[in-house]
Amino acid sequence: MTALVEVKGLDKAFGGVHAVEGVSFAVEAGQVYSVIGPNGAGKTTLFNLITGLYTPTRGEILLNGESTAKLEPNQLAERGMCRTFQQMQICMNMTAIENVMLGRHLQLRNSLFTTLFRLPSLRNNETAARKRAADLMEYVGCGDYLDTEASAMSYGALKRLEIARALAAEPKVILLDEPAAGLNATETSALEALIRKIADQGITVMLVEHDMKLVMGISDRLLVLNYGRVLAEGAPEEVRQNPDVIAAYLGG
Amino acid sequence: MLNRFMQSRLRGLVILALILIILPAFLGNPFHYELAIQMAIIAATVVGLNLLVGFAGQISLGHAGFFGLGAYFTGIATGTYGWSSLPALVVGAIVVGTIAWLVGRPILRLKGHYLSMATLAVGFIIAIILNNERAITGGPDGMPVPALDLFGWELSTFGRYSLFGIEISGVQAWYILASVVLLVAVWFALNLIESPIGRALRSVHGSEVAASVVGVDTAKYKSLVFVISAIYASVMGGLYAHFQGFITPAVASFEFSILFITMVVLGGMGSTFGVILGAVVLKLLPQVLADFQELETVMFGLILMLTMIFMPKGLLPTLTAAVSKRMRKKAGGEA
Repeated sequence: MTALVEVKGLDKAFGGVHAVEGVSFAVEAGQVYSVIGPNGAGKTTLFNLITGLYTPTRGEILLNGESTAKLEPNQLAERGMCRTFQQMQICMNMTAIENVMLGRHLQLRNSLFTTLFRLPSLRNNETAARKRAADLMEYVGCGDYLDTEASAMSYGALKRLEIARALAAEPKVILLDEPAAGLNATETSALEALIRKIADQGITVMLVEHDMKLVMGISDRLLVLNYGRVLAEGAPEEVRQNPDVIAAYLGG
Repeated sequence: MLNRFMQSRLRGLVILALILIILPAFLGNPFHYELAIQMAIIAATVVGLNLLVGFAGQISLGHAGFFGLGAYFTGIATGTYGWSSLPALVVGAIVVGTIAWLVGRPILRLKGHYLSMATLAVGFIIAIILNNERAITGGPDGMPVPALDLFGWELSTFGRYSLFGIEISGVQAWYILASVVLLVAVWFALNLIESPIGRALRSVHGSEVAASVVGVDTAKYKSLVFVISAIYASVMGGLYAHFQGFITPAVASFEFSILFITMVVLGGMGSTFGVILGAVVLKLLPQVLADFQELETVMFGLILMLTMIFMPKGLLPTLTAAVSKRMRKKAGGEA
């Protein structure tokens, strides 16, 4: 079985700083795969490389066996990869549900002609997309906000909204960059349940997270980064007992 | 029933249509009609420009260039080569759209001030060409444009026509045409905004990164909206040329581009009906201020400045927000 996401010898240098250096790993379909490490370890850089926002200095990323070197982020989305951001990327000039419907972009192909005259096929597609977006907002737990302006929503609700938008694209793999950052304990446990639900649907989840309780409880495999290099990789139990990891990160 | 109407999608369009129907009651003479027709044509142009500026968040300081190109294409095709108006407008739109696409591909990679400068340069280049190609355009002296003809039926401002048995003057006929064109332009814009394409455009404004990770090809959509807004400008430029009967390179000038952008910003970026109001206000203001004579320009500038300071979101969005706030307060007081 080939891996869904495979990273081989990945390097990213910003000037003289190697943010990511010689990183290799593979994510099997259906796994919850977490990337942990101290601040500045290169976790977000790694996500930006995988989703095509950065170009690697060296190395290769394969999505479903296909090299992603020449692909733009939107082409990766067409191939089933979607993500959320540590610094949330929400369109504040739209309502909540419009943000989620934006996630349906790839499923909604209407010609300019159909659009200008607002033909029935477009109206039907829009109604269906709105219904689906409303269901997804219910699913992630922000169903009360449908027509609220995104700019008027709370931080926690926006975090969930971003996940709903990513899910709307019907991804094979979803990358969540610090989804629990800034959430309180109740919200974090709700998030944990949500990630489990997503994984149970068969969607591969890649996670960057600082909350150790969340990560240890939910992950199938862990990748530990330190100063851009791989410190350890394996199942949560193995990683927890790895002496390098204890020394560098968990602090004994 | 009134409540349902107020929530319906085309509420604004219906209100605009009603205003356009009632307005002739207040238009006393041909000069008033002329002003109203110019307003409608320019309003339709800025509705197109607003798609680019207000919704997709890209700036164009050279849009009069496309307006001027459309005007001159129509003028030359109908005047010099004897084309009929409709093919001239359509082919003109295709040509200008293609030029916009060719120009837009590279310059839309730029952001902010750099994009402003690039579009500014595009406008200047077009104005310079229109000024210098004397043999084709008549140069700074301008050129006459024949009256609009649709399938052999000529619409001249000096003619007399009959509509369902009622005799109307040429300017009144033009007023009807301009009103219909404005309504169609607004209808297309509304349909575009409330569609997957419109969401993609607004997402480019909201967060380009978010747009790209859900699969929006941001470069493609920026080009698309640039071309659409250029086509709006081209068609309206063509109609303007027919209506005026005479055009000079001033229609493609920098001042005209700035006027368009000011209408969008003053009326309310991202508000289709707001920018129409912006066009009306900026077209009327000089008429109203004419009494101030030498102080006219000072007053004009002062009014613009005060509006932008106290209503940064633009006229219509600020007014609607104020009205709905009042209504909420009233509802709250009764409860």
